[in-house]
Amino acid sequence: MAVTITTPLSEEAVKALRAGDHVRISGVLYQARDAAHRRLAALVENGEPLPFDLRGAIIYYVGPSPARPGQVIGSAGPTTSGRMDAYTPQLLACGLRGMIGKGARSQAVKDALREHTAVYLAATGGAGALLATHVVAHEVIAYAELGAEAVARLQVSEFPAVVVNDCHGGDLYEQGRARYECAR
Amino acid sequence: MPVVRELDVGAITEAVAALCVAAGCDLPDDVSAALSTALRAEESAAGREVLAQLLENADIAAARQVPICQDTGLAVVFAEVGQDVHLRGGGFADAVDEGVRRGYRDGYLRKSVVAEPAHARRNTGDNTPAILHTSIVPGSAVRLTLMAKGGGAENMSSLTMLKPSQGWDGVAQTVVDTVGKAGPDPCPPVIVGVGLGGTIEMVTLLAKKALLREIGSRHADERLAALEDELLAAVNCLGIGPQGLGGRTTALAVFIEEMPCHIASLPVAVNMQCHAQRHKTVVL
Repeated sequence: MAVTITTPLSEEAVKALRAGDHVRISGVLYQARDAAHRRLAALVENGEPLPFDLRGAIIYYVGPSPARPGQVIGSAGPTTSGRMDAYTPQLLACGLRGMIGKGARSQAVKDALREHTAVYLAATGGAGALLATHVVAHEVIAYAELGAEAVARLQVSEFPAVVVNDCHGGDLYEQGRARYECAR
Repeated sequence: MPVVRELDVGAITEAVAALCVAAGCDLPDDVSAALSTALRAEESAAGREVLAQLLENADIAAARQVPICQDTGLAVVFAEVGQDVHLRGGGFADAVDEGVRRGYRDGYLRKSVVAEPAHARRNTGDNTPAILHTSIVPGSAVRLTLMAKGGGAENMSSLTMLKPSQGWDGVAQTVVDTVGKAGPDPCPPVIVGVGLGGTIEMVTLLAKKALLREIGSRHADERLAALEDELLAAVNCLGIGPQGLGGRTTALAVFIEEMPCHIASLPVAVNMQCHAQRHKTVVL
């Protein structure tokens, strides 16, 4: 049923994905949300090196809760993606290939997905305990002072997500809603 | 002449800390039952998968004592303090904040509060300050309710000052528009708290208090109960569905709280809540 994808994500793999496809991701995801995006965008603007290689990377919009002793990570579900819209096109221009979050993206982001052959996926918001079971390693690699907003490398196995915006203009939120909207 | 009850604020701190820890990992039974009912009724396959994931998530959270959602919220505390209670040993608000500080630390809950919201956005590091609503009530008990309110759904809430001529139709349109514009962002299925009347600050408080109702409970006022049913049906016609992937289950409940208002006004507040409707009450 679900499409298996691995990181780094290739252009060909992205082209094969369609809005509505369920995927299972294995490999590396980079944790970054609001404050980290502000900093990453400033680095790109100034032509400075980033704390991780964006090419082929998938960013996961997550700010996990603290891990209990003996656990890899705390609860780790997606945060609302729209807050990252202002920074996303410039990251895509640097080679970012995918993003996992939840909620709708701006038209500028959707256009950039087509232009740069990238994909936007959603994980289930509010399922942070379940999603955490797919995280096998978690290491903060930059901005530790930001706490839950630090940049981290997550090793994931069979991480479940669904394609919302593909690189062909497909939009699952629009398609799904139109299908179930009642006639008025 | 009632006897004044002496209560050390240390008891407030302990109670608030315990509420924070308990609220983080336990999905309330009413939400769990509503998700199960929705799973049976949902026509959308993608929607059913989401609902099943949310139920599985609740089981994992309880078993492993991992928060239901990584956004363990701002601590919104409703305190009803009996007028025959004398609190001693420190400030009441300080005691509540200390409880939040301990609860979020000891419960491995996320610290999600930033200071200087439009500038530095510096994390306060301990999830304080709490959002504290205190009322003085008859009696000698202290009743504390903690709501761990996530940011994603809160962001999709609305406040509208309608013209009185817009009446109930205007209110209904405002609620449906708010849920419709929110789309997938507040993590549907949502619970919708509607405040009606009062003033701008009171109507939002009414909307928030509405979220404390138990799903499946009938409003005591039959007129409002019927309006809640009408709004729930209208919202679930939007097609947004679980996580916005399309489906019939956009909301699990709509709750209304109302009060009188100015002759010139018709205030409406819509407070959005995701399925992680974490709230706990204790009476001291």
